[in-house]
Amino acid sequence: MTVAAFVFYAFSVSTILGGLMTVVSRNPVHSVLWLILAFLSAAGLFVLLGAEFVAMLLMIVYVGAVAVLFLFVVMMLDIDFAALKAEMARYMPLALLIGVILIMQLMMAFGVWGFSEGADARLAAPISGDVQNTAGLGQLIYDKYIMLFQLAGLILLVAMIGAIVLTLRHRQDIKRQDILAQMYRDPAKAMELKDVKPGQGL
Amino acid sequence: MITADIQTVLPEILLSVYAMIALIFAVYTGKDKVAPLLTTLTGIVFLVLAGWIGLNGSGTSSVFDGAFVSDAFSRFAKVTVLVAAAAVLVMSQDYMSRRGLLRFEYPVLVALAVVGMMVMVSAGDLMALYMGLELQSLALYVVASLRRDSVKSTEAGLKYFVLGALSSGLLLYGASLTYGFAGTTLFSGILEAANEEVSLGLLFGLVFLMSGFAFKVSAAPFHMWTPDVYEGAPTPVTAFFATAPKVAAMGLFARVVHDAFGGVTGDWQQIVAFLSVLSMFVGAVAAIGQTNIKRLMAYSSIAHMGFALMGLAAGTAFGVQSMLIYMVIYVTMNVGTFAFILAMEKDGRPVTDIAALKMYSKREPLRALAMLVLLFSLAGVPPMIGFFGKFYVLRAAYDAGLAWLAIAGVVASVIGAFYYLRIVYFMYFGEETDALDGKMTPVLWTMLMGSAAIMIVGVVNLFGIEPIAAAAAGALVN
Repeated sequence: MTVAAFVFYAFSVSTILGGLMTVVSRNPVHSVLWLILAFLSAAGLFVLLGAEFVAMLLMIVYVGAVAVLFLFVVMMLDIDFAALKAEMARYMPLALLIGVILIMQLMMAFGVWGFSEGADARLAAPISGDVQNTAGLGQLIYDKYIMLFQLAGLILLVAMIGAIVLTLRHRQDIKRQDILAQMYRDPAKAMELKDVKPGQGL
Repeated sequence: MITADIQTVLPEILLSVYAMIALIFAVYTGKDKVAPLLTTLTGIVFLVLAGWIGLNGSGTSSVFDGAFVSDAFSRFAKVTVLVAAAAVLVMSQDYMSRRGLLRFEYPVLVALAVVGMMVMVSAGDLMALYMGLELQSLALYVVASLRRDSVKSTEAGLKYFVLGALSSGLLLYGASLTYGFAGTTLFSGILEAANEEVSLGLLFGLVFLMSGFAFKVSAAPFHMWTPDVYEGAPTPVTAFFATAPKVAAMGLFARVVHDAFGGVTGDWQQIVAFLSVLSMFVGAVAAIGQTNIKRLMAYSSIAHMGFALMGLAAGTAFGVQSMLIYMVIYVTMNVGTFAFILAMEKDGRPVTDIAALKMYSKREPLRALAMLVLLFSLAGVPPMIGFFGKFYVLRAAYDAGLAWLAIAGVVASVIGAFYYLRIVYFMYFGEETDALDGKMTPVLWTMLMGSAAIMIVGVVNLFGIEPIAAAAAGALVN
């Protein structure tokens, strides 16, 4: 076994183990930590494939940002994970059955898989010559696929508008701080002194 | 080169920029107070763009390395989408503002959805297809649950979202299988790779892709979401769902099967024919038990998609032409019908039960007459133009040797006529019940009467769309 093959199997096993433990571990915080392991191992697999930029992205974006965000969410939200797990256990047999059927179907599709003539040449076509990952991706995303990139931006804009439309509520029945009103308040008028005679009400 | 690229996608760019400027303008000024203004303005922008695209474009150009195609077919579909969206937007303004639903995000989201639709019908690449589809779908999910305090509207949005995500997953899986087989996401490349015989792996991809499309056009057996979403969404949004997105999804469907899989017509023909016959019967039979007019229109749209797919199943240029004509007629009928439904109200509250229409002809003879014309046209009764739409697709199917499909279509349309005629029966012969007292705004009245008039006057020459549709189909199928 060459070193590359050994590394590949090591990373693969730890990816699968991480994914499995993410789903089955009882403590949600542990789940997130296992998820980080899965991400890191997947990043290792990408390095083996020669896709070092994607590996870096996986580390920075997924491990650095997404997983940490998950950790915060899991810690802050008061969710009864045990109840969720119990719910999952109820549907487990059916889910397993469907999963097995799907895997069998995919294997059937894979068994008869064939590439079209010249598929390899077409697959290699987008990037010409020996360019680095980062440069190649830059050329593709910001040059060749610029329209798709901008459309992706529009989709994110729609997602943002949607989140605001569906959740933002301006409540009328609460008092808000009005800074201008505070600044322009005249102390002389704010308080009124009344001279109340003894024995008389106002 | 980039100049030519930009020039070709200029309508899409302008519409996106307009949507963003409108959003910022509304946020920094009156917020929801400027919503009526924005709605009208967006409608006008749609119409201007439709005129520009319709009159200006010529020839076929493929830009952004083939990811975006502008040809007669895409222009035809874009003009239909834009005009339909403009009509529905203008119609929705009064209804929504009276119910406090007219938020300034509504026209912005509709504009962005229309950008997605324009990209869909122009897609020349699986990635562009998916981007357009998601842009459209995501905006539609949001407007479906616009009435966020109503359980039904929220349910509609959530259901649409979850099932839409599932269908996007199917579609992506199909796209990845296709990419794996062909080695390229360009339609032209797939066409080159998938000529003559199809390997089983590619067939898997094709089936998954078409399942995703069938969901988007709400063809049976992927129609389950339609009645619930149509019922739960605010009525103007339902009217929007029933018009522009259907045209865009059908355009996308036609583009993929002809542009990417044009070499293997026999393989997808049977799938489309199956979807078509199932949709026609599900739409016709399931609508019989409905009393809610919005649910009824949902089943009606499922049946109509079956007929449009029949044209596509023919696999010929004439088939695509008949499908395009059918979609234009379908959209015109639906705009009129929904103008009528939007005015169905009692004491200011919308009514959707068809029993409320009993003896409607006595109080509003003109409106009832217009609705009668539209319903006859939806049912395909001659001499309304709905009949000619059906006639075209039946002929396309028959010419392509799918006589059984054409016969099934005739049977389904006879069954489907029952529930349209039942509404007519209620309006003219039913027993009198509590009267509907909704006033019709001039806009709705114009839409209803105009659409009904088109149903009759259009018989003369279909307003000349026949040669335009033929040119559009010719650009796609060759």
